[in-house]
Amino acid sequence: MYNFDYHRPNSVDDAVRARGGSEDATFLAGGMTLLPTMKQRLASPSDIVDLSAIQDMTGVCEDDGRLAIGAMTTHASVASDPLVNQKIPALAKLAGGIGDPQVRNRGTLGGSIANADPSADYPAAVLGLGATVKTNKREISGDDFFVDMFETALEEGELILSVNFPVPDKAAYAKFPNPASRYAMVGVFVAQVGGETRVAVTGAAPSAFRVSEMEAALSNSFSADALRGINIPADGMNSDLHGSAEYRAHLVNVMARRAVESLS
Amino acid sequence: MGQFGIGQGVRRLEDQRFLTGEGRYTDDIVVPRQCHAFFVRSPFASAAITAIDIQDAASQPGVLAIYTAENLSQAGVGDIPCLALMTGRDGQKVKTPPYPALARERVHHVGDAVAIVVAETIEQAQEAAELVEVDYDPLPAVADMKAALEPDAPIVQESLSSNLCLDWAQGNETDVDAAFAKADHIARIELVNNRVVVNSMEPRALIADYDPQEDKFTLHTGSQGIYRLKDQLCQNIFNIPADKLRVITPDVGGGFGMKIFAYPEQVACLFAARELGRPVRWTGGRNESFQSDTQGRDHLTTAEMALDKDGHFLGIRVSTLANLGAYLSNFAPYIPTGASTQMYSGLYRIPAIHAEVKCVLTNTVPVDAYRGAGRPEASYVMERLVDEAARVVGLDRGEIRVRNFIRPEDLPYDTGLNRVYDSGDYPRLLKEACRQIDWDGFAARRADSRSRGLLRGIGLASYVEACGGMGEEEARISLDPDGGVTLVIGTMTNGQGHHTAYAQLLHDKFGLPLEKIRMVQGDSETVHKGGGTGGSRSLLMGGVSAQRAADRVIEKARQVAGEMLEAAPDDIEFDEGHFRIAGTDLSIELSEVARRTHEGAGNGLSPIEETDGYKAEALTFPNGCHVCEIEVDPDTGCLRIVDYVVVDDFGTVVNPMLAAGQVHGGVAQGLGQALLEHTVYDEEGQLITASFMDYAMPRADDMPEVKLTLIEDMPCKTNPMGVKGAGEAGAIGAPPAIMNALLDALIPAGVTRIDMPATPEQIWRALQDSSTAS
Ligand SMILES: Cc1cc2nc3c(=O)[nH]c(=O)nc-3n(C[C@H](O)[C@H](O)[C@H](O)COP(=O)(O)OP(=O)(O)OC[C@H]3O[C@@H](n4cnc5c(N)ncnc54)[C@H](O)[C@@H]3O)c2cc1C
Repeated sequence: MYNFDYHRPNSVDDAVRARGGSEDATFLAGGMTLLPTMKQRLASPSDIVDLSAIQDMTGVCEDDGRLAIGAMTTHASVASDPLVNQKIPALAKLAGGIGDPQVRNRGTLGGSIANADPSADYPAAVLGLGATVKTNKREISGDDFFVDMFETALEEGELILSVNFPVPDKAAYAKFPNPASRYAMVGVFVAQVGGETRVAVTGAAPSAFRVSEMEAALSNSFSADALRGINIPADGMNSDLHGSAEYRAHLVNVMARRAVESLS
Repeated sequence: MGQFGIGQGVRRLEDQRFLTGEGRYTDDIVVPRQCHAFFVRSPFASAAITAIDIQDAASQPGVLAIYTAENLSQAGVGDIPCLALMTGRDGQKVKTPPYPALARERVHHVGDAVAIVVAETIEQAQEAAELVEVDYDPLPAVADMKAALEPDAPIVQESLSSNLCLDWAQGNETDVDAAFAKADHIARIELVNNRVVVNSMEPRALIADYDPQEDKFTLHTGSQGIYRLKDQLCQNIFNIPADKLRVITPDVGGGFGMKIFAYPEQVACLFAARELGRPVRWTGGRNESFQSDTQGRDHLTTAEMALDKDGHFLGIRVSTLANLGAYLSNFAPYIPTGASTQMYSGLYRIPAIHAEVKCVLTNTVPVDAYRGAGRPEASYVMERLVDEAARVVGLDRGEIRVRNFIRPEDLPYDTGLNRVYDSGDYPRLLKEACRQIDWDGFAARRADSRSRGLLRGIGLASYVEACGGMGEEEARISLDPDGGVTLVIGTMTNGQGHHTAYAQLLHDKFGLPLEKIRMVQGDSETVHKGGGTGGSRSLLMGGVSAQRAADRVIEKARQVAGEMLEAAPDDIEFDEGHFRIAGTDLSIELSEVARRTHEGAGNGLSPIEETDGYKAEALTFPNGCHVCEIEVDPDTGCLRIVDYVVVDDFGTVVNPMLAAGQVHGGVAQGLGQALLEHTVYDEEGQLITASFMDYAMPRADDMPEVKLTLIEDMPCKTNPMGVKGAGEAGAIGAPPAIMNALLDALIPAGVTRIDMPATPEQIWRALQDSSTAS
C-alpha cells in the first residue's frame, strides 16, 4: 500500500470538502473493494475520506411507500433489517447473499453501487425496482445510474447519500454465483412495482441492464412459462473462463424463470 | 489398552492451541534485528534478462541490500537439486536443467524470482523492489504440454535440446500386445488430470539467520521434515558441514506435499542473512503462492484395456504426458513415473500391463507431489477405465470390479509392478459401500429425479494406494523429572494431529495421562534424524519407533525400580504407570523412578533416555471404496452430490476421529479437483487463475456429508502395528467416484466425454453439444 492522508469527517459537507481538496482523493466506505486494490498497489489515492463517522448515512426508513436506505448501511444490516424483510424481502435476500459474513459486515450499499462492478448484486435491485439514487447534489434515476463497467452517472467527488427503493407488489432475485468468487455470474431481479413489470440483469454484461422483451411477456402473464423461448443474444455478454457469453445469455433466461417461479 | 489408547477417538491435544489462535507458525516468530525480504519476480513466462539496474532501488530509505543471480554465483551458491534421477526407457537419466534460486540470464515462468530486496521494513522492501529495473527480452513461451512436444515448440530450458526431459516406460509390452490381440472387447479412454494449485492455508514462510561467530546458519521454515531440506542446503547448495545449519520447523498450516521441497526463497534469504549478518524474513503473499509453490497433477492420459468375452481383464496399456513445469522440483520426475505407474494394477488381477510416461517441461510453475503424489493419478485412470470397460462389455460396474478383484485368497499378491499387496478384502468393501448407498435401488431414484427434470448418476471407485513403509525413522524418549515422557521424533506434523496419535500409543505403554506425554519435532538441534512426513508414513514409521523406544525406557526404569524396591528386575511388573513386585502389593510409581533418576550424581543413576528405530519392511496398501450419487440440473449444468459413502481399510486405526478428519479433508481436495479447481495458463504462459477470485477452492457448502465406515479387522501384515496409512486416501478415491457418477448421469443424454474440473459450464456445454449432435 502506498502512503496517503486520512480524513474522517463527521458531516456530509465536510466529507465533500475533504474529497474536493485533492484530485486523487477518494471516499472510503466498507473498504471491501478499495482496500484490496490499494494493497495490491493498483490504486494509490492521495487522500482517504472515511465516511464511517457520518451518522445520517446509515439505516433504513420508510417514506411514502418507499424505503430509503442510507449509503453506508452494510449488507448485513440490510439483510437483517425488519422493515426491509417485511416490505422488500427480495432485497434482504439479495443483500444476505453477497460475499461472506466478513464482507457483509463491512461492505455497504453505497460502496457497491458506486463501484458498479459488473458482477455485483445490488445493481440488479436498483434497476429492477426502479430505485432512485440520492446524492449530495441531486437525485439520479436508477435507470440512468449504471453507465458501463465500473462506470456510473456520478460526477467527480459526488457522494451517494441514500438509495430510495419503491416497495413492490412482488419481487424476487435469483443469482447464479461464480464458482470461485461467488459474485453474480448472472443475477436476475424480477419485480412488479408501481404498475410496471421490471426484469433487471446483473453479471451477464458490462453493466446491469433491463430486458424489455421479458418485461412485456411477464406483463401479459406473470409466469415462468411466459419466459420460455425469450433468448438473450450472446453478443455483448461478458465472457471469461467461468462463463462464456453464450452460457451467460442462456442463464439469464434460466434465472429469470427461477425468480418468477419462486413467487408462485 | 488404556482409556485414551489405540482405537479411541480422543480429542486432539493440539486443538486448544490452534483453535484459540495460539499456534506458533513461522510468521508468528519475531527475532531481534530482523529485516525483511521481498522478491522481484518475472512478469514473463520466458525472457532473456539483458540488464538489471538496482541503483535507484538500492538508494531508497531502509534498503539494506539487493542481490541477483550474480551475487549467488560469485559466492558459489549451488542450484536446487532434483533428487529423483529416474532412468528412462532409453537408459538415459532424466535431463535436469539448472534450477537456480535467482534466475540467471533467463526467466522460465511467470513468478520466477529474479532479485531479492532486503530492507528494514516489508513496505520499504516492496517499495524498492518496484524500482529494480530489469530489462527483459521476451521470448516465445509454451505452457501447454502437447504444444511443448511439437517439433517447432519454443525450448523451455535453453540447456536442453527439447522439452522432453524423461521418456519412461514400465511393464511388458509384448505381453500387452498379445493380450490385445486375443481380446474380445477393448475399452479406451482419454482423460485430463487437471493441474491444481495446492493452497495450503499457511503460505510458505521463513526466517534465515546467520551467526558469524560460529559461522552457522539457522533457518526457521515450514516443512514436512527438516532433514531432507537441511541435507540439500548443506550438501548441494551451500556446501557446508551438517553442523553449520540448524533448521527449525514450528507449527505448519498445511503442506500436502508442497512443503517437502527446497525453494528459491530459502536459498536467497540464507545467502542474504550471511551477507548482512542479520536475520532475514519472508512470508509469501497469496499471489506468490499461486506463482511459486509447486503445483500438482497435470497429466494427459490415454488408456486402453483388453477384455475377454466375460469381462475379465487381459491387459492394459497406458500412455501419459506429464507436465513438470519450468524446473524440476525435488521429486518431480518420480511422481508421474515410479509413484504412479506402479499402481496401475489397482485392485485387480491384470496379467499384462504396460505404461509409458513422457515428462515435459513448460513455461509454468514447477509441478511436484500433491496429496497422494502419483497414486491419485493412477487410480483416476484405472477407475475411469474400468467403468468404460463395464459399458463396453455390458456389465454392471460393481460386478465387473468384483469379477476382476484380487481375492483375499490371492494374497499376498504380486502385481508385477514392484508391489505386493499383503492384506485386505476388496470385494467386501465394495459390497458394503454399495449396500450402504443402496446401489441396487438406484433406478427408482433416477426415475424420481427425472420426474423433477434432473439427471441422476451413481458412480464408484475402488482405490488402492502404496504408502507408509518408506525409509527408516528414529524415536528418542526421555523420562522427565515429573514422571512424564518426552518423545523426540523426525516426522513433522502439518496439522494432522501427530502429537495426539503418538500420545495415544505411549499412553498404552506408560499408562500416563495424555498431557504428560510431550512431543518434540522440527529442530535439527534436538532431532537427530528423520524422514519427515509424506506418503502417509508418519504413524507407521514414527509410531513403531516410538513404541520400541518406549519399551526400552520401561526396561531401564524397571532396573531402577528393582533397586528401589530391593527386588530382582525380573520379578517386577509394570502396569498402568506402576512398578510392582509380582504377587505383592509392594509398588512404586513411574514418577518416583523418574525423580530418582533426576536426583543428580551421587546415587549412581542418570536420567533415562532411550532411542530406537524402525526400518520399513514393505509398503502398506490402504484401500477402499467411494460411492457417490449426484444430480445434475441440465438447465444450468449445476451438480449436486446427493449421497457419498466411503468404506476404507486403513488396517489398525489409532484414532478414528483423526482418521475421519483425514478422509474428509482428502475428499474435499478430491472434490475440488473434480469439480472446481481449474489452473489456467494462457498461451503466453500467464496464469489466469492467479487468485481466489478466479481459482475456485471447495467451500464448506460444496461438501456432502461423507458417510465413512472404517473396516478395522484386517491389519496390515507387514508391520508390527498393523497400520496402513490414511492421509491421502480421500483425495485418491473422490475424483474417480465423482466423475464416474457424473458420466453415469450424462451418458444417457448422449454425452461421451467430460473432464475435470467439471464446472457447471463444462457440464452444460457437454449436454448442449450432445443434443445438437443427436
Ligand atoms: C471476498 C469478497 C466477496 C464479495 N462478494 C460480493 C458478491 O457476491 N456480490 C456483490 O455484489 N459484491 C461482493 N463483494 C463486494 C462488496 O459487497 C462491497 O459492496 C464492495 O466491495 C463495495 O462496497 P464497500 O462499502 O466495501 O466500498 P469501498 O470499497 O469502501 O468503496 C468502493 C468504491 O466506492 C466509492 N464509494 C464508497 N461509498 C461511496 C459513496 N457513498 N458515494 C460515492 N462513492 C462511494 C469509493 O470511493 C470506492 O471507489 C465482495 C467483496 C469481497 C471482498
